[in-house]
Parts: sequence; structure tokens; C-alpha cells
Amino acid sequence: MLQIGASLKRADAPQKLSGTAKYIDDYRLPGCLHGATLRTAIAYGRITKINFAPTFPWDECVVARAADIPGTNNVLFIEADQPLLTEDLVMHPMQAILIVGHPDRARAYEALKHIKVEYEEREPVLSIADSLAKKQLLRGEDNVFKRHLIEKGDLAQGFAQADRIVEGEYRVPHQEQAYIENHGIASWVEPDGTIVVHGSLQCPYYVHKALVKTFALPPERVRVINAVTGGAFGGKEDYPSVIAGHAALLALKSGRPVKLIYDRQEDMSATTKRHPAVVRHKTGVSKDGRLLAQDIEVVMDGGAFATCSGVVLSRGTLHATGAYECPNVRVRASVVATNTPPNGAFRGFGVPQTIFAAELQMEKIAAALSLDSLELRRRNAWRVGAVTATGQKLQESVGALKCLELCARRGHYLRKRQLYARWNSRKGNPTWRGIGIALCPHGAGFTGSGEVTLASRAAVALTKSGAVRILAASTDLGQGAITIFTQIAAQALGLPPGLIEVEVPDTALVPNSGPTVASRTTMVIGGLIERAAGQLKDALAQAGGRAPRTRAALKKAAAALCGGRQELRFEVAYEKPADITWDDSLYRGEAYGVFSYAAVAVDLEVDRLTYEVRVRRVTTAQDIGKAINPALAKGQIMGGTLQALGYALFERAEFQGGWMRNSQFTNYIIPSFADAPPMEVLLVEEPYSRGPHGAKGLGEMPMDVPAPAVVAAIHDATGFWFSEIPVLPENICGKFRNAEKTK
Amino acid sequence: MISFTVNGRKRAYKGPPFKRLIDVLREDFGLTGTKEGCGEGECGACTVLVDRKPVTSCLVPVCQMEGRRIETVESLGREQRLGPLQSSFLEHGGAQCGFCTPGVLMTASVLPKSTAGDPLAIRRALSGHLCRCTGYQTIVESVAKAPRPKPRSRKR
Repeated sequence: MLQIGASLKRADAPQKLSGTAKYIDDYRLPGCLHGATLRTAIAYGRITKINFAPTFPWDECVVARAADIPGTNNVLFIEADQPLLTEDLVMHPMQAILIVGHPDRARAYEALKHIKVEYEEREPVLSIADSLAKKQLLRGEDNVFKRHLIEKGDLAQGFAQADRIVEGEYRVPHQEQAYIENHGIASWVEPDGTIVVHGSLQCPYYVHKALVKTFALPPERVRVINAVTGGAFGGKEDYPSVIAGHAALLALKSGRPVKLIYDRQEDMSATTKRHPAVVRHKTGVSKDGRLLAQDIEVVMDGGAFATCSGVVLSRGTLHATGAYECPNVRVRASVVATNTPPNGAFRGFGVPQTIFAAELQMEKIAAALSLDSLELRRRNAWRVGAVTATGQKLQESVGALKCLELCARRGHYLRKRQLYARWNSRKGNPTWRGIGIALCPHGAGFTGSGEVTLASRAAVALTKSGAVRILAASTDLGQGAITIFTQIAAQALGLPPGLIEVEVPDTALVPNSGPTVASRTTMVIGGLIERAAGQLKDALAQAGGRAPRTRAALKKAAAALCGGRQELRFEVAYEKPADITWDDSLYRGEAYGVFSYAAVAVDLEVDRLTYEVRVRRVTTAQDIGKAINPALAKGQIMGGTLQALGYALFERAEFQGGWMRNSQFTNYIIPSFADAPPMEVLLVEEPYSRGPHGAKGLGEMPMDVPAPAVVAAIHDATGFWFSEIPVLPENICGKFRNAEKTK
Repeated sequence: MISFTVNGRKRAYKGPPFKRLIDVLREDFGLTGTKEGCGEGECGACTVLVDRKPVTSCLVPVCQMEGRRIETVESLGREQRLGPLQSSFLEHGGAQCGFCTPGVLMTASVLPKSTAGDPLAIRRALSGHLCRCTGYQTIVESVAKAPRPKPRSRKR
């Protein structure tokens, strides 16, 4: 039976639908302490004194402090600049100082109120501009975490040839991941001294790597287990290492199991967000709409510590031109330090920021040339053979134009433009209507040599009792990894999916498959599983002459094949295709093995009285190579699309003094049922020869592209351009007021 | 002592009267299917039925439950034998990460008849729930296509 391309039901759904799926706070840990985190109340300065009120019964509590850390006091990720607990230097608000443990959760938080921290405050750096101006030196010589530069062709010559030069500046804000399950970690110490961490997290081996350093333990003495995770979207990529360190430290000090579960306010105000960015474009273009020169500058706000900012910036830089070919390009990018909580991974990972700018710049160019932006995109979009800014020649699987045309046709883009122009000219109508379109690429997998460095491993095992188990560190965060892996293995083995199990991502049981990020799980790890399953199939065929197809046959074959062993394991590692080259110092070469593509058309209306925007319909076409499971793929696309509509229209993290002031669902507004439009998702399949069954990455891309389409549609409706999101009713109102004033 | 029924079973509660209903369900009765997403009644993840009406259990002290009939996600069907609404969510991809799902299911289980098969009415009726994974469309489909349960006898 063909498993690939079939919408197999989600394997983990029955537990989730019946309430039996266990998220971390659903586990009972007898005798556990609840941890509460004392946090800094200033943005920048020093701690001078910590006073424990003598009136509070401190003997009920266990307090874990920096001095209790057996190894190094930092959270090792890409760099080791972030302390696990700050001892004196305060770099941002909500930085952890110490952890209080109490058997009663409410009492643990009560205890925090009886600790007074005294500070010596300094003037903080709170904006990209102040950081660049070196108002304070927070990092190195210039406050810059990382710089990237891409150069192609001759920029000066490109501008000299241009008929028109168009300039624009675009700004995007923080965005909160807003998974519905808050961060949470449990930890305990085994009798043999092994530190165990169990929790809501994306990347078990990232947490493992950090804890080994913090606790100065050999790798086998740290075990990290993934609990069922209630959404992550990048938000649980690096911060779980911080909480795991806190929980494990308290467990070690107290000798008791520990639960550290954040509430919404703590989660939103302390943990990572999408990087705010300023992007400037200067584009030279010919009369007939050919891009001749693109000069792009990207600056992102990294917050106080490095986290993965350099890598976010890298991906943003590599997508800064959009899916367009231009002979002369320069992209200069940097990410700078501010005294705000560190920003980190969020679906799209730098791309939504730079695509917002690239696509609105296309709108601006089209307007300057009196051309429809759809036509401008057509003339410049990547095709097979196109050469990107890094000199990568696209050899196959380039669905950009196909997505664009399909989306425009099925979204009735041109017809609605005319229709809405008539609608908007009628004075009595209650709304203005508009439609906007946008296009983006998304590089699948780690950038450049990233996959080689990761050297991911995955395995398929046959137990002597006849169970087939998939062993990978990739976590199912709701995206459906368990189901996809099952389908890929079932197809390779010729077995029904019901005979295949996926092991819990547990560093004691599964090999290091790298992190569950970067739209790599299906394409890269799925590919490894396909290979490993192929090896098992060969072994079964050799042993029995014929591959087993039923449970009974598999059982028989397993007994024969395993001999006296518990299981037979086939483990494979990532192998770099020989023809892919990447120069990290020059930013030249194959930035990604392949790109996926998405086009979206957003149809919306603006209320003429309240200026509220209502999205009427979204049509999107996405080239993902091959949909292993079309229903899951569409689910990912619709979910990511709505997050992007929130980014464009609702979500504004209000930062004051380095703090997020609206760290609640009451005032940080994510789209609800009532805000979500009907969506039409069109899957385009331009197969990638190196992906399993042609599959490319998918998870992040739906987030990249809707925001500029929303802004283009608002322009179509109202005649006003916005260079910054979110576009709130008051912003639209402001444009109309200003226009009236200048009349 | 506070007496009420949970999923048809009589329960007596003797702890602090202002303990939140969600904590009583999860900690005292081990019904961990009910989830906390925000603790302030915004996200709807903690929704249970009290006398057949959806209620955010993070906002209700248990002392208000005297004599009430409480239903949680565990009442809708078991993992190996899902109820019709749960089966429809399985069929139409209504759950992704699953964290908002129990609350959504509880509200969806008592939608007024007037919403039957009307996507807009379903969206309005479920608008007290936040989901960050699905974009909502598959949830709306799951609810719209679920077989309607036979009307229960209305006991007061």
C-alpha cells in the first residue's frame, strides 16, 4: 500500500483528544519541590545586595544560587555568554538570579516577595539606534554580535545602468511565539548521579550539551527526555536549556525532584521572541522592470545575549533579496546587543523580517514603474538556472513561478483588483476592499555547511519480539513528525503503519538527529529514516527471502534475524552531497540544498468607520517538493499563515524600559477564531531529487510571506502604504487624519 | 465539604474553598486532560462544562461548585474508543499540539443547534478559545462534520 501522499491520521491524536497525552505538568512527581525564579527588575547595572526577609520561614525552602553550580555558570548554546544565574552584572530585565524551591507552588512564588534585591543602575541601551551609536558598550567593541556580507557582481555598475532607483526602509517588531502550553521542565537526580531532565522542549540534544557543561558531567550522566509538547514554533529551541539548568540545579541541591512550570506572564516576559529588525533597500531597475542592482542593509535587535542571533541573521541575510534574480547585489547585515531579554528562534528564523522588506520593496518598484507587482515578480522570479546572490545556480525544483501563477489565478488576484477599485469608489459602502500578493523562497535545512557540522544520525530498529522502532531525536511539537516518520518507514519496509513505533526522543535511547528546527525534520531526518529502513528491509529480505507484510510474519523474521540479541539496529548518518559547496567566510556557494517556495494572496477589507481590518480570504500555493501527508502539510500551512496574519495585523509586544509590558493573552493579541479567514491551500510539488520521495522543507515558510501581502492589500484598499507592522486600526486612522490635514 | 459530580461520579472535596477548579480537577482528582494556558480566562484551554455550560476552570473557585455537575474531556471518550466529536477531530486534523484541544472539545460538545454546519456560527461560538497551531479551519471542519449527538434529557 502506498503510504506516501496519503493523509494518514495523526498517530498521537487519540491521546491528545482523550486527555491522556502527558504534557510535563501532567506528571505527578511525589515529594517534588516547585521552583520559582527570582528575576532582575532593572535593564542594566549591578546587583549590590540580596536581602532575605528574616520574617519569612526560609527553612521551608531550598534556594539554588550561582555558587551551587558545579561546572560553569553559563548556558552553552552557540556561544557561552549567557549566565545560568546572574551573580552581579545585570544585562536585561527578567534575568534569573536564583531559584527558590518549596513543596507548595504558591508558597514558592510567595517567597520571592520576601527577597529584596538592591541594584546600582546604569542607563540601558534599548534600541537598535542606541546600540549602533554605542550609548553603552554591551558587547565587544561595537555591540555587534554578528555581521554577514553577501556580494555579487558590480553594484556601482548596476546602479549606473538603472533607469530608476527606488529606496525604502521597513521595520518589523518583536513577535511572541505564543504556544498555548507554557514552558515547563521537571528534573531529578538518579541514585548513580545522572541528572534527568524531562520537559516541554524542541531539541533534546541542545539541552544535553548545555547541562553537561553546567554540571561538569560526562555526557552519559545527563539524560534529557521530551514530554508531549504543546506547541513551540522555535520558542522552545534554546530557552529550555535555561530552565533545565535551573530545575536540575535545584534538584541537585535539594536532593528532591523539581518542577519548574512557568505561567503565561513569566513565559512571555522572560523568554525569547522574534528579532525586531530594520531593513533598508536601494534598488536599481530598468524601464521594463528588470532588477539591475540590489543594495540591502539589515539590522536586527538580538537582545542581551547571543543565543542563535547570528544564525537567525544568516538566514535573514540569505533571503533578503527575495526569490528574485539580480546580477548585482550587496547585502550587509548585523545583529546588535540591547538590554532587553535575548531574542531567539521563531518559525521563519529571520526570513519573515527580510521578506517583509523585499516584497514591499517590489511593490514600491512596481508603483514607480506603473506596473502591477505581479508582473514585476513574474519578470524577476527565480527559474531553473537562475543564480542567487551567493552564486548558487538553482538546478532543480524551482516552483516560484508556478506558485505565483497558481495563487494569482485561484485567488482571482487581477479580477479582484478591478472589482475592488469599483467597490472602493462607491461612497456608501461600509468598507474599502483590497487584495495583495507576495512571494518567497525558504531554504530547507541548515544553512551552508550546517548539516555537515550537525552530522545527524537516526536509526530504525527491529526488536526480537517483532517491533519496528524509529529512533530519532526529532520532537513532535504538533507538526506531525511521528506520523511522517511512520509513513516514510512504512513505505520503505512495505509494512502497515500500525506495525511501526516511534521512540520518545530521549537522549538515553535515541541518537543525535540534531535539533527540530529549520524545516529539516521531514527532508533531512525523514531521509535518514528512509535509508535506515531500507537497510532493515534488505536484512529481512536476505534472511527470509521475502519481506514480511504482517505482524506474524514480522515476528517470525525478527526472532530469526535478532538471534540472541534484544534488537537489531540500523543507524545511518547524514552524508553531504559531493557537489554542494559553501564558503562561510565569503558567503558564496550553495546556501541551501534546495529552496521551497510560497505565494499568498490576501483579500481583506477595512471598515470605513473603525478602520478595523478583516481578512476575508487567503489563497496560498506552496511548493514543498512532495507532500508526504497532504492533510498535515495543509495544517502546517494554515497555522503558519495565521501566525503571520497576527504578525501583520495584531501582535505588538509593548516594550518599555526593556520590559514587555503586555505579557498576557489579555493584551498581547493573537488571532482568534473570529479573526481567522477561510483559507485555500494549494500544494505544488516540484520534487527535490535528494529529499525523501521529493520532499523539501515546509514548517517555517507559511510564516514568511503573508505580512507583505497584507500591507499590499491594505494599500489596495485605502491607498496608503505602511512600512511597519503591525498595522493597527489607529495607524490606518492616523494616515487618513494626516491626509485630511495636508489637504 | 463541597459535593459535586465529576464526569458522573460523586465527589467530595475538603481542601481550601478558594482553590481554583482547574487545580482541584488536576491535582485532587488526577484529571489532567484539562489544561492551563493563561490562568486568566483568555485562552479557553481549561474549559470544562458546569451544568452543561462551558466554564473556564482557571477562574472559578471550587466553593462555587456545590451540587453542580462538572464534565471534563475525559467524559467524551477513551483513547481506544473515541467519542463521535473526538473522532471527527481525528478525521479532519482538528488537533495539532493538542494543548488547546480538550477545552475546544468541551465547548464544541454543547454547541447550540443553530450552529449546525454553519462555519461562521461555529467560529463565533468557539471564539473564546485560542489555538496557535491550526489556523482554526480544521477545527471548524471537525466540529461542522461531527455527527450530532442525540439530545440529552434536560434535567434541572
